[in-house]
Amino acid sequence: MREIHVNEIIDTVARLCIEACHELPDDVVQGFHAAAENEISPFGKSVLLKLIDNDRIARENNVPYCHDTGLTIVYADVGQDVHIVGGNYLDAVNAGVRKGYADGYMRKSVVTDPLKRVNSNDNTPAVVHTEIVPGTQIKFSVLPKGGGSENWSTMKFLLPGEGAEGVKKFVLSAIEAAGGSACPPLTVGVGIGGSFDKVTDIAKKAILRDIGVHHPDEHIAQLESELLVLINKTGIGPQGYGGISTALWVAVETFACHITALPVAVNIQCHASRRKTAVI
Amino acid sequence: MATYHLTTPLHDADLKKLVVGDEVLLSGQIYMARDAAHKRFVDLLKDNKPLPVDLTGSVVFYGGPGPTKPGHAIGVVAPTSSYRMDPYATVLFDHGVKAAIGKGNRGDVMRESCKKNTAVGFSAIGGISATLFACIKSARVVAYEDLKTEAVQLLEIENFPVLVTNDTAGRDLYQEQVDHYRKLLNP
Repeated sequence: MREIHVNEIIDTVARLCIEACHELPDDVVQGFHAAAENEISPFGKSVLLKLIDNDRIARENNVPYCHDTGLTIVYADVGQDVHIVGGNYLDAVNAGVRKGYADGYMRKSVVTDPLKRVNSNDNTPAVVHTEIVPGTQIKFSVLPKGGGSENWSTMKFLLPGEGAEGVKKFVLSAIEAAGGSACPPLTVGVGIGGSFDKVTDIAKKAILRDIGVHHPDEHIAQLESELLVLINKTGIGPQGYGGISTALWVAVETFACHITALPVAVNIQCHASRRKTAVI
Repeated sequence: MATYHLTTPLHDADLKKLVVGDEVLLSGQIYMARDAAHKRFVDLLKDNKPLPVDLTGSVVFYGGPGPTKPGHAIGVVAPTSSYRMDPYATVLFDHGVKAAIGKGNRGDVMRESCKKNTAVGFSAIGGISATLFACIKSARVVAYEDLKTEAVQLLEIENFPVLVTNDTAGRDLYQEQVDHYRKLLNP
């Protein structure tokens, strides 16, 4: 048994929120560079170069990359031999978000009631996913999720017989619907299998994966490659200005499912693909 | 594709020469307003009530900035998605707005509205907030302070980079470019 004080949780979550919003991950910036080299559309290429500049400017000036610092999604893998002391775990995670968004001059984009729409003014509550895992540590991953791309995410139950071809058709329809509004170049998270709730959960977790890292199963890795090619043939391009860099990466996650079902979910991530992980 | 330096207010003669794909470095005063303020504006117009600001001849920027850091004029900001403003923007264009700055493709209603009103749709690159906010030299809330980040602000901008994506001839850059590359990539 190892004790972890809530103050350590608060400080860690706050730091992850700030760092995630101020600096894009290296693999994403590398993705911009690779796309800029290959892009055939002059408008598209110009966008990609400005994204690279924007990341540099954000780092140099210590300001957020994008003003939409999102609804905060927090993943926590909590070791089963951890004892949290000094307060309530969920309150601590939200206190960390509150502190991070205040200290980092990040926009508060959360309304407490979806219909009355009153801003909570501190970006809480976060969406918190907690899993109990072996060990004596807690791993936090923070994913500030912007609204412009999240709004185009979708799920559907396909007929089991529709298989991989049905999945491709559905993913492409989501990308086409989003067009330039989801701020391409995108990272596309796809969930296949599970239940109504599980499929969207794994689609979102997929966008935590680094660009360039395939699923370990060969047939799923193959599907990821095929989807990326198809998405980049839509012509949408960076910002929807036309081109071949509509998506930087497609990550697919799968889960077992019912014999009657083939659920598919598409979680769309804009170019501000922010994620940051720490272990305490 | 040309590059123009324009200063607000924009005149019909300036607007008519703009063609989709032209770059404009925009300076002068513009209003910042997004979803919630647009809904209030249009509700007032429906009831024949006056707006809190005079939008005649104005440029509206669909933005919602982050908090202002000490020493800065405004928090980081880039445009939000234009399509959400389409139902309101056509009404505002009918009431004198001459240009809007957003991001992402818009509906066919905007093409018609730009043609009818000699107005244009501009796009700035979504999400490059750390870059764009430096073009805003001053900002002042002029209506709906209760809307916080969605409050209406009067901005003084300098060389704010935008692309003409809807022109007065009814052309749409997004549609033309995506169609072009789609055909090229799927022979």
